Amino acid sequence: MSLDDFYRQTILDHYQNPRNWGTLEKPDITAQDSNPLCGDEIRIDLKIKDGKVEAVRFSGKGCSISRAAASMLTEAIEGKTLDEVKLINRDDVLDMLGIELGPVRLKCALLALKTLKVGVYGVQQSWPGEEDEG
Amino acid sequence: MKVLAPEHHLDFGAIRKDFPIFQQKAHGKPLVYLDSTATTQKPIAVIEALVHYYRTYNANIHRGVYAIAEEATARYEQVREKVARVLGARSPREIVFTRGTTESVNLVSNAWGRKNVGPGDVIVLTEMEHHSNLVPWQILARERGATIRYIPFDGQGRLDLSGLDALLEGPVKILSLTHMSNVLGTVNPVAEIARKAHARGALVFVDAAQSLPHFGVDVRQLDCDFLAFSAHKMLGPTGVGALYAKREYLESMPPFLGGGEMIREVRLEGSTWNDVPWKFEAGTMNIADTIAFGTALDYIEHIGFEAIAEHSRRLTTETMGALGEIPGVTIYGPPASERGGIVAFTLDDIHAHDVATVLDHEGVAVRAGHHCAMPLHAKLGVPATTRASFYVYNLPSDIEVLVEGVRKAKQVFHR
Repeated sequence: MSLDDFYRQTILDHYQNPRNWGTLEKPDITAQDSNPLCGDEIRIDLKIKDGKVEAVRFSGKGCSISRAAASMLTEAIEGKTLDEVKLINRDDVLDMLGIELGPVRLKCALLALKTLKVGVYGVQQSWPGEEDEG
Repeated sequence: MKVLAPEHHLDFGAIRKDFPIFQQKAHGKPLVYLDSTATTQKPIAVIEALVHYYRTYNANIHRGVYAIAEEATARYEQVREKVARVLGARSPREIVFTRGTTESVNLVSNAWGRKNVGPGDVIVLTEMEHHSNLVPWQILARERGATIRYIPFDGQGRLDLSGLDALLEGPVKILSLTHMSNVLGTVNPVAEIARKAHARGALVFVDAAQSLPHFGVDVRQLDCDFLAFSAHKMLGPTGVGALYAKREYLESMPPFLGGGEMIREVRLEGSTWNDVPWKFEAGTMNIADTIAFGTALDYIEHIGFEAIAEHSRRLTTETMGALGEIPGVTIYGPPASERGGIVAFTLDDIHAHDVATVLDHEGVAVRAGHHCAMPLHAKLGVPATTRASFYVYNLPSDIEVLVEGVRKAKQVFHR
């Protein structure tokens, strides 16, 4: 995969202009996590109305892959029911990014999903990258 | 020690040809390997020594009385003699083979620490330690009710020794520090610090994982009580390292791991221990890798530590100069004249992973992250840095590719 393919225009766009960036006042759900390997940090806030994601914001710091994945993920869950959000898996996130990732960068890509799952389930779930092993 | 050839007589381009890994490409480009601080590449002689053992005299050591077992034992013990000579130890019996620096620290923190560190005692470390010289002491301190004090470092990445006397007050049992930072490259004045620690009755442990490969060490000149290093950071195989310890401490320390070879006599009622250093080498050791490490030491001695230090200083100076010209680059640590061959930097607000990914596509291997030194990065105020490090196979052309790659990273993320 060439460098231009890896840093596709959409990834750079989401990195430089992240969607749903920021925090919510009095969120119904809020979750934070970090990736100790590279120091990435993320917080995701959700406003839930009638069982659906009415608003979502994320903030934190991280590499282009982790931020772009978070940005794309927040777009994908807007208006979805919590049950639908629970169904989103690692392959969905990788499809959004549209690139191949090695094991280290995979954790960058899945940090937002992991954090989101912790938020919607209210408990720590298995690391999304390890679902297949379960 | 053999007389070292003057640096200008050495052809580092020829040295690089001894390393088969550079015959292959990364992303279709020549491999530019700038992560020797993590692990060095291996010359063909080391790889062949490893294979030679398995092909011709593979046997367990210190047990069989047949020819190949005796050859394996002799060659294994010759490496111990070689290590003792390179470190300036008084005797090969002051050298214990381990899996590497981490295990060497754990050996001392367990065997010596549990016996000698008690509630209220103090362990002194520095803020620039690798996790391997931090976590074992934290485990010991928690178990024994001891406290840890840290020598801080300043804005230039140098240890701030102005408060050292105060840090050494009270029941300080041991001071453990790195000889050369694996992030900042800083070379610490170990001999001076050891003198002060000894004056207060504390022992001194030196993490030489970076310093030994880059410029050699002399345990008697440093006057340290313990010193640890890893073979794989100095052209040797993974899974081998050593602990140097003054004989009196090895004699008085209880064993670390129990099992075969480390015993003198085993009865169902109890056992007695082998002589040092074998008391600390339980089970079948990493024979092949240790013997191949002996070949790595020969290779390094043939080049000479002085020449290696001079070569990496030249590359470091060039790198710091060229990277420093790129707007947005921040280099951490002291000037090139005060450091070994390591340059850690950040580029604007671009994450180190992104810088490293762009460099990877140019064939350049660098480390991105916290380099097993999270407290150090917390103090620098950055979650991660990109680190380039050098060894004998690197050439000035590698630096050009690196610098070009960093410029490219800037373009990719700032367009």
